Amino acid sequence: MNVIVFGGTTGIGRAIARRMAERGDRVFLLGLDDGELPRCAADLRARAGASTEGSDDYATCDLLDPSGFEAALDAAWSDLGKVDAVVVTAALFGTQDALEADIDLATRLVTANFANTVVFCERVRKRLLAAGGGTLCVFSSVAGDRGRKPVAIYGATKAGLSHYLESLDHKFRDQGLVTVCVKPGFVKTGMTAGLKPPPFAAEPERVAALAVDAIDRGKPLVYATGIWRWVMLVIRHLPRFVMRRIGF
Amino acid sequence: MTRTQTSEPELPLLTGWGRTGVPGREVVGESLARVTEGAVLTRGLARSYGDSSLPPPGEDTVVSSVRADRILAFDPDAGVMRAEAGFSIAEFNRLFLARGYFMPVTPGTQFVTLGGMVASDVHGKNHHVAGTFGRHVRALKMRVADGRIIECDREREPELFRATIGGMGLTGHILEVEFAVRKIPSPWIYQESFRVSDIDAYIDGLRESADEWPMTMGWIDCLSRGGKLGRGILMRGRWATPEEAPAEPPRPKRALTMPAIFPSWTINDLTVALFNFLYFWKHLPARKQGIAHPESFFYPLDAIRHWNRMYGARGFTQYQCVLPHESGRGAARRFLEVLTERGGASFLCVIKDCGAEGEGILSFPKPGISIAIDFAIRDSTPDLVATLNEFVIAEGGRVYLTKDTFTTPEHFAAMEPRLPEFMEIRRRWDPETRIRSAQSVRLLGDPIHLSEDE
Repeated sequence: MNVIVFGGTTGIGRAIARRMAERGDRVFLLGLDDGELPRCAADLRARAGASTEGSDDYATCDLLDPSGFEAALDAAWSDLGKVDAVVVTAALFGTQDALEADIDLATRLVTANFANTVVFCERVRKRLLAAGGGTLCVFSSVAGDRGRKPVAIYGATKAGLSHYLESLDHKFRDQGLVTVCVKPGFVKTGMTAGLKPPPFAAEPERVAALAVDAIDRGKPLVYATGIWRWVMLVIRHLPRFVMRRIGF
Repeated sequence: MTRTQTSEPELPLLTGWGRTGVPGREVVGESLARVTEGAVLTRGLARSYGDSSLPPPGEDTVVSSVRADRILAFDPDAGVMRAEAGFSIAEFNRLFLARGYFMPVTPGTQFVTLGGMVASDVHGKNHHVAGTFGRHVRALKMRVADGRIIECDREREPELFRATIGGMGLTGHILEVEFAVRKIPSPWIYQESFRVSDIDAYIDGLRESADEWPMTMGWIDCLSRGGKLGRGILMRGRWATPEEAPAEPPRPKRALTMPAIFPSWTINDLTVALFNFLYFWKHLPARKQGIAHPESFFYPLDAIRHWNRMYGARGFTQYQCVLPHESGRGAARRFLEVLTERGGASFLCVIKDCGAEGEGILSFPKPGISIAIDFAIRDSTPDLVATLNEFVIAEGGRVYLTKDTFTTPEHFAAMEPRLPEFMEIRRRWDPETRIRSAQSVRLLGDPIHLSEDE
């Protein structure tokens, strides 16, 4: 299939792009203008068995700059011709302490993770529907499943995003747009570097495998890894007085 | 992206493959250029046995390269690849073996990174024909101690290049490696193996095989004594021709995982003797030959993940030395006699002939016989290593820093006449000795703390 990966230069997005390139999918990368795009694209070409030379399989796209979304998607569409799937792993992260201390950071994070991600998805939705359908796979988080002390702000952006993605799937699946919402738990990537890995911390390759499988099968919701489905089931049902006392 | 460091009052143990270590942590990052800034040391997959990938006393953080693992360029016709230092042989094999490429040199595990291979200047079963990995390295990108990022090779900064090959990561942080890969006729191995009755016959067999076989190695039973001293199994191999090879490429092998339950008395003279007896007689026909899976041939121990747990909580060490040809035909026998006299029980005694010395200033191999033995660590282990080192010094040999845990600085200096040259180049690139490891403090006299203005 032909796939666009927004955020494919790092972490889970990198692992998804590699997995898909290695099995023969055509991958177009969207990411920040930090010099990593051409190097990541060369890596994917080598993994796909293609020549590592080239420059037409990536474009810059910044989640904090929605005015560039359309041009980035144009570049991807014109390279791939037909787009079967769009994966969005790009997002910002900040610990609750950092977000509480820095209102500018909180503004950027809320804007990028919720408003701008929805705007990006809306543009993709229109394009995919116009072309007869496709898959939109977006990374939300288990942090959005319940209001919790350590993820009050980050989790709220993901809660809103999960909500949007679920509605999208209800509304457009019969028109051919399959929406996949991936909710990873703690994943050992650059985003979480410096944090102490909790139980069930996963490697990005494992999360990528689950996400690609969900794309292949059109699963609307996938916890990565699967244990989080049951952990969050319990946490969602904990009474408020318990949530107020505990620290997670 | 913003992150805050959470304070961790108790650091986990950071270990080498021998499972001895110090409290510490790895900083993992996809951009090595970013995370190596100001760092004291970079490590890869931590397969060096001793303290060479551990932080020096007074420091608790090393950079891990394992997430910096992109292939940056590959020319399939010229057979040249450039990749980030955290790219591993396991990943290379997964992607390129079936396409007809192999690493020019591979050590006995595929869980090593390019950066680690350069720092250790690794050798393999083909050392007598292919030399060390350093011979196939064409260029390095490094972050040196003053913070600059520079490219070095045999023309540009050749001294830094030579000091970095086999330099145990002490000359700077290796960021990228450009190296020649090998085109192979098929992804399968044609292998022969046979039992040999004693150490002298074994070494003769190695030498005779060297002319016609690009890959040779073997295992000997170093507990058997007297006439049977050093009986063993000699293996030799080459890449199978397309006609000999099965039509399908080899499937990656599934590995078993060693459970973390072994008490430290698991490895004793009796169990080692039993293992050696069974291993020898498992090879029931005097000679076997046929097509072998490349993973079984190159990486037999990778079949059991975490096999290093077998040695229990105190961990283990590997002693690997090379005894030069000048020391004469009986040197390996004399080594084994010293070892068996001291009761150094070992499961694994791997003997291999080495070819020419590499260009890396501290590169380990030189023409002669390499012997590698594993011991569970006991109170007596430092004495045993000292005894073996005295023998090796007298024979004109040296030890492999990648395996070393217990050598003293005096012994190392005595076996390494190239050390002053290495230290001089290092001083030029790192006058304040910012880049250090636990091993360099132990062996090379590096300062524990940096000067006050740090």
